[in-house]
Amino acid sequence: MYQEVCDNIENLVVEPKVKREEPTTVLKISNLNVNLPNHPILKNINLEVQENKITVLLGPSGCGKTTLLKSINRLTSLTPELKVTGKILIEGEDVLNGRTNIPELRQKMGLLSQRPFPLPFSIYKNIAYGLKLKGVRDKNLIEYNVEKRLREVGLWNEVKDRLNTPASSLSIGQQQRLCLARGLAVKPKIILADEPTSALDPTSSKTIECLLKELKKHYTIILVTHVLRQAVRLADHVVFMYYGEIIEQGEPQELFKHPKTEKLRNYLIDGN
Amino acid sequence: MRKRKNIEEKFFKSLSGLTTYSLIGILLFIIAVVFYKGFNALSFEMIFKPPEGGYYYGGEGGVLNAIAGSVYIAFGATLIAVFIGIPAALFINIYLNRMKKVQNLFRYLLDALWGIPSIVYGAFGFTLMLFMGLNASLLAGIITVSILITPIVVRTFDDVLCNIPKGLIEASFALGSTKTETAFKILIKQGFSGFITALLLSFGRGIGDAASVLFTAGYTDLIPRNLDEPAATLPLAIFFQLSSPIPVVRERAYAAATVLTIIILSISLVARYISGRNTFSNIK
Ligand SMILES: Nc1ncnc2c1ncn2[C@@H]1O[C@H](COP(=O)(O)OP(=O)(O)O)[C@@H](O)[C@H]1O
Ligand SMILES: [Mg+2]
Repeated sequence: MYQEVCDNIENLVVEPKVKREEPTTVLKISNLNVNLPNHPILKNINLEVQENKITVLLGPSGCGKTTLLKSINRLTSLTPELKVTGKILIEGEDVLNGRTNIPELRQKMGLLSQRPFPLPFSIYKNIAYGLKLKGVRDKNLIEYNVEKRLREVGLWNEVKDRLNTPASSLSIGQQQRLCLARGLAVKPKIILADEPTSALDPTSSKTIECLLKELKKHYTIILVTHVLRQAVRLADHVVFMYYGEIIEQGEPQELFKHPKTEKLRNYLIDGN
Repeated sequence: MRKRKNIEEKFFKSLSGLTTYSLIGILLFIIAVVFYKGFNALSFEMIFKPPEGGYYYGGEGGVLNAIAGSVYIAFGATLIAVFIGIPAALFINIYLNRMKKVQNLFRYLLDALWGIPSIVYGAFGFTLMLFMGLNASLLAGIITVSILITPIVVRTFDDVLCNIPKGLIEASFALGSTKTETAFKILIKQGFSGFITALLLSFGRGIGDAASVLFTAGYTDLIPRNLDEPAATLPLAIFFQLSSPIPVVRERAYAAATVLTIIILSISLVARYISGRNTFSNIK
């Protein structure tokens, strides 16, 4: 089934991207610190994310991976106790300090969370929602986009006959793909995926992995995972985090074969 | 050890079952008594005619004046309470999230307001009425009852909002919704059944309360046609007729009580139906 999904997506790729010599930096984080009143969560994070690559954030749970993602799309501001300092540049725009329109900024990123949270609407409206926020009113255009996004995540054939049923009636794996499609509808630059397969069965997980691999042709992906094998399968660039710090980062082959630090070495041993 | 646990288990199961069944039993008993005593006096005339001369001595007429007054007051007050209460709940829940202390203080105050006996609201409404130069009227009744029930709407809906999964709220923001869009498009939809519950609770309290309308809405045998005319209410109609020495009139009190009960039961049935249809798409 997941092969079928992959094939579907292959067909959608209209214009293969021309390979550029120089990798383009889409996101640049410098000296990012996130603190609670009494203890630090992220310490001096410096990170560059390249276009059309999958950057994997790896590390034991509680090390601050989710917090890092939430700092990027400023969901941290929902938790007023968190103090976020430093600089995050997305396409040159300052996320943290500039006079940014936050909803607009967030639409540059699609979020895929640990568990799918479809909106309490129908399947169709879940995808149309983001477009409507963007001010799209044209029915045909919305309809076209709904189909396109659902095809993009390989869900179209499964749901095309029941677009008006509640999204909550889908299986959890389908819900996760719907949430991905919903995020894609606003044409984000970056996909922030926070352990997107951790609540899914193996088949659905594979489908999501395969989707991410395909989607990187058009999007830049930051993937949080603590599944080592997933990191090996998907990563173009691996960032190893430990207790709020980036310990090591680099090409996956290099990093996994020759870990420089004791911490990563232990983590790899425990993971295998 | 195992045996003791079994006994314990059985004991608590029977105890909790007993309390539940007795509660339901008492409720059914109350309804049965009211209906039994009321149905004798219940007639077409009773529901569709206002009192005529000598009604309170057993003469012709009905309690349409009180039915109309009660329904007007309860609807009017619920409408006001919703328009004030729902935004207030959203405000407390979303915008005050950055100030936990203020948020908790507000919740505490609203809980306290919920607990104040309605006669106090009646007295307050009376003062307010005099201050504003109003007579005992439909308007004064509606305002007083809306003050009584707004805290109920706010706190009930606020609780509903608290139970909405954080991930859903994050998903909404991540898609680029503003706070207002999140509140009015996502949260209200997800919390719709709670919204209906809030409505129902406040309507029930509003239509059933006697003390708050005693001085403010007044009492009259006429059906109010304007906001500044006094209005009769069912609880007061029950009260006046029940204190009559004439048995026929006392029986009519039960008929009025039956009408009140039927109104409340049908409103809650409708509300349940609506909320059931709308929770279908909710995420858990
Ligand atoms: N809102 C918060 N309140 C208190 N502690 C928090 C909050 N958010 C994150 N933390 C703490 O920050 C640390 C990192 O959390 P998180 O980013 O979720 O880690 P990960 O995603 O890597 O498992 C944890 O120790 C967690 O307890
Ligand atoms: Mg996490």
